[in-house]
Amino acid sequence: MSDVIKLKKGLDIRLEGKAETVFAQAALPELYAIKPGDFNGLVPKMVAKVGDKVKAGSVLFHDKQHTEIKFVSPVSGEVVAVNRGERRVILEVVVKSDGRNESEDFGKSDLSALTRSAAVEKLLQSGAWPYIKQRPYNIIANPEVTPRAIFVSTFDTAPLAPDYDYIVSGQEQNFQAGLDVLNVLCPKQVYLGVSAEGASKAFSQARNVNINTFSGPHPAGCVGVQINHVAPIAIGEKVWTVGVQEVIAIGRLFAEGIHSFERIVAVTGSEAKRRGYTRTIVGASASTIAADNALTDATRLISGNVLTGRQIAADGFIGFFDSQITMIPEGNDYEFLGWALPGFGKFSASRTFFSWLTGKKLYRLDTNTHGEHRAFVVSGELDKVLPMDIYPEYLFKAIMAQDIDKMLELGICEVVEEDIALCEFVCTSKLQLQTTLRNGFNLMLKEVGE
Amino acid sequence: MKALRNFINNVKPQFEKGGKFEKFRSTFGAFETFLFVPDTTNQNGVHVRDAVDLKRTMSVVILALIPSLLFGMYNVGYQHFHMLGQTDVTFVETFLFGFLKVLPIVIVSYVVGLGIEFITAQIRGHEVNEGFLVSGMIIPLVMPADAPLWMVAVSTAFAVIFGKEVFGGTGMNIWNPALVARAFFFFAYPSKISGDQVWIADKIDSYSGATPLALANAGDTTTYCICDCVSGFIPGSIGETSVIAIAIGAFVLLLTGVASWKTMLSVFVGGALMGLLFNQFGSEANHMAQLPWYHHLAIGGFCFGAVFMATDPVTSARTELGKYIYGFLIGAMAIIIRVLNPGYPEGMMLSILLLNTFAPLIDYCIVQANISKRKNRVKIKS
Repeated sequence: MSDVIKLKKGLDIRLEGKAETVFAQAALPELYAIKPGDFNGLVPKMVAKVGDKVKAGSVLFHDKQHTEIKFVSPVSGEVVAVNRGERRVILEVVVKSDGRNESEDFGKSDLSALTRSAAVEKLLQSGAWPYIKQRPYNIIANPEVTPRAIFVSTFDTAPLAPDYDYIVSGQEQNFQAGLDVLNVLCPKQVYLGVSAEGASKAFSQARNVNINTFSGPHPAGCVGVQINHVAPIAIGEKVWTVGVQEVIAIGRLFAEGIHSFERIVAVTGSEAKRRGYTRTIVGASASTIAADNALTDATRLISGNVLTGRQIAADGFIGFFDSQITMIPEGNDYEFLGWALPGFGKFSASRTFFSWLTGKKLYRLDTNTHGEHRAFVVSGELDKVLPMDIYPEYLFKAIMAQDIDKMLELGICEVVEEDIALCEFVCTSKLQLQTTLRNGFNLMLKEVGE
Repeated sequence: MKALRNFINNVKPQFEKGGKFEKFRSTFGAFETFLFVPDTTNQNGVHVRDAVDLKRTMSVVILALIPSLLFGMYNVGYQHFHMLGQTDVTFVETFLFGFLKVLPIVIVSYVVGLGIEFITAQIRGHEVNEGFLVSGMIIPLVMPADAPLWMVAVSTAFAVIFGKEVFGGTGMNIWNPALVARAFFFFAYPSKISGDQVWIADKIDSYSGATPLALANAGDTTTYCICDCVSGFIPGSIGETSVIAIAIGAFVLLLTGVASWKTMLSVFVGGALMGLLFNQFGSEANHMAQLPWYHHLAIGGFCFGAVFMATDPVTSARTELGKYIYGFLIGAMAIIIRVLNPGYPEGMMLSILLLNTFAPLIDYCIVQANISKRKNRVKIKS
């Protein structure tokens, strides 16, 4: 095993409400949905119609540009709704479970004899391809491309993040099988990022991969940061990334022949009464988890973590890639002279509030912006939380100026939203940096293409 | 507080679009957000945010300026009564004299600056920025106690309009607005901000009144010893005299992390090294060149500039490496100007303005190095 790569920059936001390492029994909900919005840049084309009977693994819709990329139903049942938003954009394709757990059979594979084309074909057929994301742009990987490398981060350092050591236990074989499949897709160029504090042998003793060990505060667990320290992405290169639970699902697909959407989700946050891990299914309605679980009515339910997650309604659906639900208080109230108070109870990466004197206590943060939008004024604060060889402020300014050449030169290809989410958190000027970055991606996709 | 909040909620619709007082929307917003941190929540992107905002950052700087302001007020009185030879004046009387001298300058600076700030915010349809809260405090502190108020007003107006608003407001300006105000004052009305006549309030003609800096330029370092310069009981601009008061401010700024220690330290290192260099190799006839390096750092506006003006994040270099270079050059350049410029003994103001101008170039070179590194990556791989 290689030496530990120690990251110094970053910030651990000390939130209340970590999930207890117990499996809570939550009944499975009736409704499930695949949300095209979870996949950046995707334009969906419906295949199934409302009223169609589907099995787990039956196609619901496909990518309009790459028709071979299919999105399948996570459960067996009936397509009950296609919810659309402005300009008839598809927001959710909702499937009502019949409780029978019938799955399409994609056939078992012998991993030792698997060819790359067969692997790609199977991932595409089974709807498992969208698990694989491409950098730059954080979009679904293009199946026609062979990437330079595939990176998997086996730990999450985001606030209240689930413990993947815990999640992977009992699924070690499927995880290894998934890595073997990735190794077929990109021979000898699969990289595993392991936490220095991690304990699971499934990660630290994984086979057929290159293992790098990291330590440090968030965003050390972000795969983009790990790539930057192992082998940074050059302009024009493509790199793929896959999450831990997605690797497990891919492994299971090839070992058992069914595309299982089972997923372990951590229920976290200061406002959750019952915190713990729960076994559910990708795209499940949050209703059974959220029901009677919020301490107050003014609670925000987030699919994902507080930095990159998306707000969902109490009966909304968990995001495709999310392994975490966070419940935090809304902050839509006024605070009298809040900027002038000593602020012992306020969390800040700066030392302008006296809370830095109060040690490592945990905070119950709400969703208030704590100030108004301004131009960049304070310098150097973004750099402190981005452990990458990038000048974030200059990158964001290039994006704001829509200067594509500068964006490329300054490393837009190396970052995705989660890598720079902390920059947005600490920004004194309250700028929406993740949105800015996404606008940059969209501009580049439009002008330069994938 | 609830009653106040309810009152604001009641009158708020009149200030919004279509309301009776729509023209005062920015002004209303500025006062509202001053009283209450707004109720806005995060919608896209992160769900929680750091408690810090620009109001907090700026108020820390103002807090750091308070010791210099209070000492400055006292010193204005002290210098006045010292000149008159009155030794039986009480502490309160002394302070009150200075207070009444300085307060009008502070008020003029804030009223003029904030007035322009509010008007431009309204024209642009923006919120009022907090930047001037600091500039408005620094401007009086770099003025002589007897500065005519109308000149302060004109200088402030010039600084806010041409030093800041024409570039787009706080965050977009190239030069430190407070220094632009001082530079404008200096070049427009030199007789009121340089020489020996202006540094003591209500000065009588027979009294010398020269600053230690001017005296040092003439080779006199005995009238005021270095301990006077550190404690600050010397003639000079209102806030610049006391190294101790400035040091308290520096402590606050560094402790809270609001100012960059890299910039601050490098200014002193640059000044000290350049001072040493002149001590070693400077002309014997040049009194400034022979002034010990540590003496250079203690007199004039060096400390005040290093702590409060060089560290202005907007006009300083914005890359971390750049801050070292930027700071070092400010310190070095200030001493060079002091030593080699025959006309005017002080160099800090011009030195900071000069480096403000070059800060983007310093950053450009550093960012360009990062860009080249990224480009070379491609060459190796392909």
